Amino acid sequence: MIRLEPRPVPSLAMSVLSPAIALALTVAAGFVLFLALGKDPGRVLQVFLLEPMNGVRALTELGLKSTPLVLCALGLALCYRSNVWNIGAEGQFLMGAIAAGGLALFVTQESLAVSRWVFLPALVLAGAAGGGLWAGVVALLRDRFNANEILVSLMLVYVANLFLSWLVFGPWKDPHGFNFPQTMAFAAQTELPRIVRGMRLHWGSLFALAAAFVVWFYMFRTYHGLQLQVGGPSPAAARYAGFSARSAIWTTLVTSGALAGVAGAFEVAGPMGQLTPHVSSGYGFTAIIVAFVGRLHPLGCVLASLLLSVFLIGGELAQSRVGLPSALTGVFQGVLLLSLLACDTLVHNRLRLGRAR
Amino acid sequence: MSGVELLVAAMLSAGTPLALAGLGLLVNERAGVLNLGAEGTMLVGAVTGFATAYHTGSVTLALVAGALSGALMGLVLGWLVIWLNTNQYATGLAVSLFGSGFSAFVGLSYVGKQLVERPFPRVPVLSDVPLLGPALFRQHPVVYLAMVAAGAIALFFYRTRAGLVLRSIGESPVSAHALGYPVRRIRLAAVVAGAALCGVSGAYLSVVYTPLWVEGMVGGRGWIALALTVFATWRPGRILAGAYLFGGVTMLQLHLQAQGVEIPAQFMSMLPYLSTIVVLVLISRNPLWIRLNMPASLGKPFFPTG
Repeated sequence: MIRLEPRPVPSLAMSVLSPAIALALTVAAGFVLFLALGKDPGRVLQVFLLEPMNGVRALTELGLKSTPLVLCALGLALCYRSNVWNIGAEGQFLMGAIAAGGLALFVTQESLAVSRWVFLPALVLAGAAGGGLWAGVVALLRDRFNANEILVSLMLVYVANLFLSWLVFGPWKDPHGFNFPQTMAFAAQTELPRIVRGMRLHWGSLFALAAAFVVWFYMFRTYHGLQLQVGGPSPAAARYAGFSARSAIWTTLVTSGALAGVAGAFEVAGPMGQLTPHVSSGYGFTAIIVAFVGRLHPLGCVLASLLLSVFLIGGELAQSRVGLPSALTGVFQGVLLLSLLACDTLVHNRLRLGRAR
Repeated sequence: MSGVELLVAAMLSAGTPLALAGLGLLVNERAGVLNLGAEGTMLVGAVTGFATAYHTGSVTLALVAGALSGALMGLVLGWLVIWLNTNQYATGLAVSLFGSGFSAFVGLSYVGKQLVERPFPRVPVLSDVPLLGPALFRQHPVVYLAMVAAGAIALFFYRTRAGLVLRSIGESPVSAHALGYPVRRIRLAAVVAGAALCGVSGAYLSVVYTPLWVEGMVGGRGWIALALTVFATWRPGRILAGAYLFGGVTMLQLHLQAQGVEIPAQFMSMLPYLSTIVVLVLISRNPLWIRLNMPASLGKPFFPTG
């Protein structure tokens, strides 16, 4: 009989290996699923997992997709490490997109001639403010009224979605847009500069990498960052040391909201170029998986965001090339996170054969 | 029917999915397990129920299929959090994300399909009573099933030995274990039963209430049901009352629109979500009140020793 035995100390090796095992399990599950659907599993897996990484252009698209994921996941990693369960990054992303979209729309409508050096920082600030304020509501209700942040942050996702929908169906709708629910296309000067001509990858991706470094530095190299993390696993110890749980709630929520908001701003000023109801492809929710697969570590988040981007792009390719619905991505995401959590048991436990003593 | 009658009828039919899911989550939480996977479980129940109703034409079978698929989701969640001691928040989220992805994938071929409408038996005599008769007694049988379930769960919790054991496990799994009760098995049974109710709730939504399958059609009701357990301070009767209250809020938007109130539809649709937040704030304001009523081991892992 196989049984679990607690490890004296958590295994670092397993904590790194666990995502790899989970990925292998997910691929195996996909293999079985495709067989059951009567598709050639080898071919589908090749399209789903390898095609998104085939060639320079594909790789830049991967970087483009992973940018919002990294930004959202960094904030979530910070939250989860301090035991603050923000699951509303999607809403914070949308509010950032709305704030930045409003700014870009204003510049476009008034035909303002602003230099990029002025506009781009303003865009980032608008996004951060939109997302940060939205998460600030969660922090306020949690701090002042003890309201559960999981439920509040999630309810605010629905509210943000409806608010965006009202804007693009109502006051912000393009008057010459054939009644489509979208704003007019933003002026060229509002667009994020691209890194390489002809590729959609933009400077926001470098911003995301820089943000990952800053968050890493904050988490592991500052006293304040340490305080936050102690509060997560052992609130009693944190209280004893005089670290404030209230400050952890505000810092982590507002930071993660601001990061998600910037992600929204980049999406609007980068690949979208206008506001539509579909400005997010569920990035805020996918980022939850990114944060866990990335071990709540900034570097891990960067790597995991690339993997989840493969899933996102692979889903689109599976639809166009082998006629499978792109909803496949959601199944893969869910299976990956579930198997990851199961594998994580091995970080704190080891398998032993035979009966317990 | 008059305005009041319409509102009462709508409260009952819109509140029923919340009541069923809320009662299911109550059973989970009373045993000490927080199920953040409710939304995904309901989505899987909804798509399974719809597919079953579409192919067999039977509403009963659809509800049973919804319950079974929900139970299966509960089994996964339960195994992970009870035996592997995974984090309950993360695992619930994973179940929700999986459920929404899986249901979207499976349900794709059912989008836009219609179900044959089936008449259901009405309560004789009472449904013809003037005033509230039609509103109260011409509902779908599932509406009454939810009421019966609330009563049955209350009886089970407070009048049976098994219910007492379940509640005591939620309060102190260590003591229950010391007394020789199989804590993990009982918890798993509670999680599976609760998730089955969430599945029924999803099937009711797609087969009776809407009746259509649309991706993400549960629309946050799973999360609202979670808030409902807090609102009800973990008591079955109050879950029922809270569910109808929220059902009323859902329908208020249609009512106001009918009255010619000029508010954009999107803002009206925000009402259930905003009122959930307001209710959470009001009820959680006093931490002591919550701590007194919440099952003491809720969300905490349990390692049997000795």
